[in-house]
Amino acid sequence: MPRKKMPTRNRRRDANRGAKPMRLLPKAATGIQGLDEITGGGLPKGRTTLICGSAGCGKTMFAMEFLVRGAQQYDEPGVFVSFEESADDLAQNVASMGFDLKTLSRRKKLLVDHVRVVRSEIEETGSFDLEGLFIRLGLAIDSIGAKRVVLDTLEALFGGFSNAAILRAEIRRLFEWLKLRGVTAVVTGERGDGALTRHGLEEYVSDCVILLDHRVESQLTARRLRIVKYRGSIHGTDEYPFLIGANGLSVVPITSIRLDHRASSEVVSSGVPTLNKALGAGGFYRASTALISGGAGTGKSSIAGHFVAEAGGRRERSLYVALEESQSEIVRNMKSIGIELAPLLATGMLRFHVSRPTAQGLEMHLAAIHELVIEYRPQVVVIDSITSLLSMGSIAEVTSMIVRLVDFFKMNGITAVMTALIPSGEGTEMTGVNISSLVDTWLTLQNIEIKGVRSRALSVIKARGMWHSNQFHELVMSKNGVELKSDAWSRKYA
Amino acid sequence: MVPKVRMSAQTRKLPGKQRSSPPAKIVLSLYIAGDTPKSRTALSNLKKICAEHLDGRYRIKVIDLLKNPKLARDHQILALPTLVRQLPQPIRKIIGDLSNTERVLVGLDIESTK
Repeated sequence: MPRKKMPTRNRRRDANRGAKPMRLLPKAATGIQGLDEITGGGLPKGRTTLICGSAGCGKTMFAMEFLVRGAQQYDEPGVFVSFEESADDLAQNVASMGFDLKTLSRRKKLLVDHVRVVRSEIEETGSFDLEGLFIRLGLAIDSIGAKRVVLDTLEALFGGFSNAAILRAEIRRLFEWLKLRGVTAVVTGERGDGALTRHGLEEYVSDCVILLDHRVESQLTARRLRIVKYRGSIHGTDEYPFLIGANGLSVVPITSIRLDHRASSEVVSSGVPTLNKALGAGGFYRASTALISGGAGTGKSSIAGHFVAEAGGRRERSLYVALEESQSEIVRNMKSIGIELAPLLATGMLRFHVSRPTAQGLEMHLAAIHELVIEYRPQVVVIDSITSLLSMGSIAEVTSMIVRLVDFFKMNGITAVMTALIPSGEGTEMTGVNISSLVDTWLTLQNIEIKGVRSRALSVIKARGMWHSNQFHELVMSKNGVELKSDAWSRKYA
Repeated sequence: MVPKVRMSAQTRKLPGKQRSSPPAKIVLSLYIAGDTPKSRTALSNLKKICAEHLDGRYRIKVIDLLKNPKLARDHQILALPTLVRQLPQPIRKIIGDLSNTERVLVGLDIESTK
C-alpha cells in the first residue's frame, strides 16, 4: 500500500536531520506570530489541519498567512484552492495584511486556484466522484512543487452537491489523498450548531483542529483561538486571544510563558539620579518591572518620561503605551519639565502606541502591544496607565492581562514601567489591580498637605533584590525635571 | 439575450418555419478520468440516451482528464463523470454516471424526439 511509504520517508528525513532522541512528529512552522509557540512548532507536517469557525472569524486570513509565510520564510510553495472568492478578490483582501499575492504567484511560490461550485449548474444523474478536483489539485501542486495546500472552504463542496453520502466518502478520500501527496494541508470549515463543524466529518479526519472564535462582550469584540485536537503532539489547551493586524495574525500565548526567565543583575538608570540613589542599586534591574502608583498630578508620568529619555540616551528603544493622553500632549507636557522627547521620536528611539482603552477589548490591547513589541523590539516599555484598563473588564481580567504582559516583557528582556492611578484617600497599598506582588519595584506617590502647602511624597514600597530607602522623599518638579529631596525633608518634618 | 435574436425582422416574418426547422445539432462532451467502470457506465448510458432520444442530431466527444489534466481547470470540472452540453448555448453541466435518464434529459434541456 502506498500509504505505508509515509512513515518510512519521515523517519529517513528525521534521521537526516539527526540529533533527535525520539521520533517526534515533524511540524511545519506557520510563521504566524505566537501560534508556533503554542503548537510546539507548527502544524503537523504532511497532514491535514482543520480551521473551523463561524463567518468572519478569520479562517481565510489564517489559511492565507500559513501559505504566504510558508512561501516567504520556509521556502515551501503553496496552493490555495478557493471555492468562494476569486483570485483577484483574495489578493485584494489580504493586501491589507501586507501580503503581495501577485508577486508570489509570479515567482511561482503561490498558486491561487478558484474552483467554482454552483449548485444550479450541476444536475446530478447518478453516481459520481470528485476525481476532477483531485486531478486539478494534483496538477496545481506539481506545477509549483507545492508543499502546502489550502482548501477554503469545504462548505462550498457540501453546498454544491446534494448527494451527501458520496460527498462524505469523497471528502474522506480527499484527506487521505492529501496525506499521500505528503503536503501540509489547511482546510477551513464552517462551524455548526453546538458542534465543531456542520457536517461532523472534517474534525474526525483531520489530524489537528483549530477553532477560531469571534465574539462580542460588552460591545467589544474579541478574537480567540483554541487548539481542539492535535494528534501525536502536546499543545496549549487554553483559548488564546489573537489579532488580525497590518502584519497578519498574532496569537498571544498565555501558558507558554513559564517562570524561567533569567534574572539580570544589570541595572538601568531610572533617569532621575536622586531616585536612583533611593533605589540602592542605582536604578531598576534590567528586564524587571516597576510600578509607579499615586493620585492625580503626583508625577507618575513625569518619572516615566525621565526613564524613557534616559533609555534614549543609552541608545535603547522605548515603546510608550499611552492610554490616557495623546502623543503630542505627552511630548508637550514632558517638554515643560525639561524632558525632550521629540528628538527621540525623530531618530526612531521612541515610539508611541496611543490607544483609548475603550477603542478595543482588553485582549486586543494585549495583542496589539504584543505585536508592537515583537516588531519594534524595544528595550524599554512604559504603560501609562494600567488603571485606565480597568474600565475594560473586571479586576480579575485586567490582572490576568497584566500578569501576561509582565511575563512577556521579562521573557523579552524588557525593562517596563507601569503607572497606576490611585484616587487619593485610598491608601498607599491599594493598587486597584492586584499586581503589586508581580512587580519588582513599587514606587508610590502621594500628595501631602503640610501647613497649607501641598507637597508630593515618594516612597519606595519595595525593590526586589536591592537595598532601598525607607524614607518619604519629597518630590520636586521644576523645568529641569523631577528631583527627590530626601534627607532635607526627613530632617525638617520627622 | 436569446429572445432578442429571435425578434429580428427576418424571423418575425416566418415564425412557423422557425419552429418546424430541424433543431440545432447538440454537441456533448463527456469528461472522464481513465477507463474506469464509472466512465464506461456513463458512456454507455449516454450513447443509449442519445440513440433513443436525439435521433442522430448529436455529437459526443469523450475527454479523458488523465490525458489532459489541464482541462479540469480550464473547463471548471470538479466531479466525474461530467457531461457538458457545449451547443446549443448556454452551456449546461450534469454530473454522475447518467443512470437516471429523465434527469439527464432535464439537465441537458433536451426535448425528446420521440
